[in-house]
Amino acid sequence: MGFLDAILGRRTPRPNRLDDLFHLPNAAITLQTAAGLEPTGVGAVCYRGAAGAAFSRTQDEVVALLDADPQAPKVERSLDSFGFTWLVVRRDPSDTSGLATDLHAVNTILGDAGFADGLLCSHLGFADASGRRLGVVYLYKQGTFYPFAPTGEQARDTLLELSVRDHLAGELPMEKDTSRWLAIWGAPGL
Amino acid sequence: MARSRFVKDSGLTTRMTVVMFLLGLLFVVLMVALMAIAGRVGGGGLVVVVGLVGLGLAFWQWWSSDKVAMRAMRAREVSPEEAPELHGMIDRLCALADMPKPRVGIADMSMPNAFATGRSPDHAVVCVTTGILRTLDAEELEAVLAHELSHVAHRDVAVMTAASSAGIIAGMLTNGAQYGGFALGRSRNNQGAMAAFLLALVVSVVVYAISFFLTRLLSRYREMCADRSGVYLTMKPAALASALQKISGDMARIPQKDLRANAAMNAFFIAPAVSGISWSQLTSTHPSLEQRLEQLARIQAELDRPVG
Repeated sequence: MGFLDAILGRRTPRPNRLDDLFHLPNAAITLQTAAGLEPTGVGAVCYRGAAGAAFSRTQDEVVALLDADPQAPKVERSLDSFGFTWLVVRRDPSDTSGLATDLHAVNTILGDAGFADGLLCSHLGFADASGRRLGVVYLYKQGTFYPFAPTGEQARDTLLELSVRDHLAGELPMEKDTSRWLAIWGAPGL
Repeated sequence: MARSRFVKDSGLTTRMTVVMFLLGLLFVVLMVALMAIAGRVGGGGLVVVVGLVGLGLAFWQWWSSDKVAMRAMRAREVSPEEAPELHGMIDRLCALADMPKPRVGIADMSMPNAFATGRSPDHAVVCVTTGILRTLDAEELEAVLAHELSHVAHRDVAVMTAASSAGIIAGMLTNGAQYGGFALGRSRNNQGAMAAFLLALVVSVVVYAISFFLTRLLSRYREMCADRSGVYLTMKPAALASALQKISGDMARIPQKDLRANAAMNAFFIAPAVSGISWSQLTSTHPSLEQRLEQLARIQAELDRPVG
């Protein structure tokens, strides 16, 4: 928000940053070797659905495109308790770049229809042999990543998150402000 | 590049800029008039002191706005553990709007309302009453929170305080007239000083009156702006519309005694506590429900615009 926006009482939407999504495959390899966390092959994108017919048509278009790949399982769509929509995409665990492409496609279509401002975050799931789960979450507005490791209903494994941040610091732009590490409890696919 | 569904409301922006310009002009006129009057009888330094004290007062009001408002509403800050849903909603809205998360407060009060205050987005607090938590469903509450977060992002406390600084000084002078008249009564140069004093008093009263109406007008425009920005965040105009209808409907049923006690906080609320008949449209801090709903309908029309 610039000075002029404040004075004139308006909000200039911040454009989403997307390019870093394609760094995810490299980061997945780092996590595998350094922390023993394997990709689960599940990714999800979370966005704010707008009211109205134009948006629901756009959303159908997104789902149709993702479902067009005959090898990939169907996309799951769910609405969380905060009114945000999640699209869960499943791929072969080794195909993280395919997942990144899918997540990118969702944004492109929403953006073309003028709804890019509703995108909140995307995440890619990881798990290790002992059953610890981790999501690497991407914040669209900030263009940064952060780790989210839920251990229960309302608890997160902060130590694991911090170590993952340090592992990935060289590969991805990590969110420095930990207060922005949004807790996405019950995120589908995690 | 795709077109955004944000529409610029240049009419509103123009009207608001004109009002802000007039308020600034009013401040200058007040100071110049006082200097000119003081120049006749001597004591130009006093005018500068009065001006500085007035600005200092406005500055203090702005600087400590979060603490004062929280205390006035008997609100307490709540942690994410105490109010997980409320915090979760604000977390997500802040991530969408790319703004720092404000502190969150709850006031134990049956009147359904919400307010946001604080000197900057980094020192802001968003507060809801227990009444609003009971009255609204999740989607409506989110719409109200987005409206309040927009107030924070627009720095409305700073803008409104700056806008009312002329009024604050004029009010100070009018209130201090008793003391001033007493001091002048003892001075030797009685005749000229008394005339100058009365002139200054008249100028102050006029400036105060004009400033009162202009700040109320500005406040209404800022509300419209917050509605607009808030809805662009949630992208559900209908949710804010039904929240506003519920809140203003409930307002009418609350006993008058409670409402008057809260009148001083009105400028920060989402809907004014004292509504309707006794308050004319001119002195209201908030636009009418009809105006707000009309704007929401326009935004919905833009969201409905077919793709391509």
